[in-house]
Amino acid sequence: MSMVSIIARRELGSYFATPLAYVFVLIFLVLGGVFTFYIGGFYERGQADLVPFFSFHPWLYLFLVPAIAMRLWSEERKSGTIELLLTLPLTKMDAVLGKFLAAWLFTGLALALSFPLWITVNVLGSPDNGVILASYLGSWLMAGSFLAIGSCMSALSRNQVIAFITTVVVCFLFTLSGFPLVLDALGGWAPQLLIDAIASMSFLTHFTAISKGVIGLRDVLFFVSLTVVWLAATAVVIELKQAD
Amino acid sequence: MIEVSHLSRRFGSFVAVDDLSFTVRPGEVLGFLGPNGAGKSTTMKMIAGFIAPSAGSVRIFGRDVQQQTQDARRLIGYLPEGAPSYEDMRVMEFLRFIGKVRSLRGADLDARLDSVVERMDLGGVLQQRIETLSKGFKRRVGLAQAILHDPQVLILDEPTDGLDPNQKHQVRELIRGLSDEKIVVVSTHILEEVHAVCNRAIIVAHGRVVADGTPAELESRSPTHRAVHLHLAEAYAGAVAAIAALAGVREVRADADGKRLLVLPHPEASPLAALARLVHDRGWVADELHVERGKLDEVFRNITREAA
Repeated sequence: MSMVSIIARRELGSYFATPLAYVFVLIFLVLGGVFTFYIGGFYERGQADLVPFFSFHPWLYLFLVPAIAMRLWSEERKSGTIELLLTLPLTKMDAVLGKFLAAWLFTGLALALSFPLWITVNVLGSPDNGVILASYLGSWLMAGSFLAIGSCMSALSRNQVIAFITTVVVCFLFTLSGFPLVLDALGGWAPQLLIDAIASMSFLTHFTAISKGVIGLRDVLFFVSLTVVWLAATAVVIELKQAD
Repeated sequence: MIEVSHLSRRFGSFVAVDDLSFTVRPGEVLGFLGPNGAGKSTTMKMIAGFIAPSAGSVRIFGRDVQQQTQDARRLIGYLPEGAPSYEDMRVMEFLRFIGKVRSLRGADLDARLDSVVERMDLGGVLQQRIETLSKGFKRRVGLAQAILHDPQVLILDEPTDGLDPNQKHQVRELIRGLSDEKIVVVSTHILEEVHAVCNRAIIVAHGRVVADGTPAELESRSPTHRAVHLHLAEAYAGAVAAIAALAGVREVRADADGKRLLVLPHPEASPLAALARLVHDRGWVADELHVERGKLDEVFRNITREAA
């Protein structure tokens, strides 16, 4: 068993040792349902698909994922266990990956527990299950990117509230980076190249592309590489802040 | 063997540890003493590999903590200050996790777990969440995780801080019970602890070593080392002058009523025998007569103040 999986198991165990896991899953499912049925108009649309469910995921994740991510490192730092963890014979990357993986698997579980919606839509009509599968995958990948950002923000502060707020802000910028709110702020002074680069960072754009059923390499790669970069940044931040 | 050579650590412009060098050999239980803020914890953290030195190196049996990090860490058991642990875990679950990270498996792991549970007397709390345990038990859980892999080197940062006298006694017994072959470094600012468990003491102040020796050697640096306390039943006339005239007596201090006397000897002299004879010959009644070993905290205060 590798160090990463030992760490991930311990982390996952600790989610379920407290009400955290149950509260999170419950709220995720309830809110997902509210968005789908009331705001998304699941029945009124008269279409057999899960678009109303998935299209709200970026917004749902925007405040639910930081709630999971904020404790990743802040808590270790605050309780002092970071000193225990990082003097054990494992690398920083083992610890970063193990913790991330536990959180990611956990959001995957919450996502998977929305399966009654999938059953419902299959009972009511004949949806394109390929598209639904792609949407699930895309949603999970996006959750991973949110988590990786949160992991880094959490490593920056021993205060979980600060970790939560900074994660929400950064994730919000990434979610909307292709939209006027962000781009207008850059227009006029930033070079076009930078504006294009930032515009291409939008979670919404990439997620929408995947949830249309087209699992494009570009979009998958976008979320994967963003996750990798933020996790690497987490390791760097931990190294720099270790002495504090 | 732990070789600390020219170890320094700066935090911004503040120098926490300043060119520290010392070696600890197997069988030594080193008390690492110093006032708060002297750089004790920072040094312990660098030995354990938690923070990197600004300069210098630490080698554990030849393995550099910064270069051969994993190899060095495998040899070390570390109890960080305050004995942090994952409080939402149960004791057994926590120790098992540490064991797995320490690459213990199957029967080996079970045997080691049984051994530390027995040694730390944790049998009754194995299924309790760590957060529900008393401070003393938490400390024992911390010690248990540190010795789980039977390490050659044990680094304990203030292992008895904040415990009640019984718990302190227990923890000291545990440290004393460790094998003679091991290296133990205990940081503390409690001086009685040095007497209780250490066979060597290093005093640091402002990040530097200011004294290094056995507890007895350090005590002999006390001004009251080998001084004799004499408590007479009444204030006899001429007693102070008679005692001061004895060979080897440097000074006699008497308190206001003249009954309590402190006889300070010249260096290397031991006036006890002559004093006892004098008391006997003059027919004085003495309620108390004993020799001071020297006060470690006096030495500690003098040395650390000089350094400031």
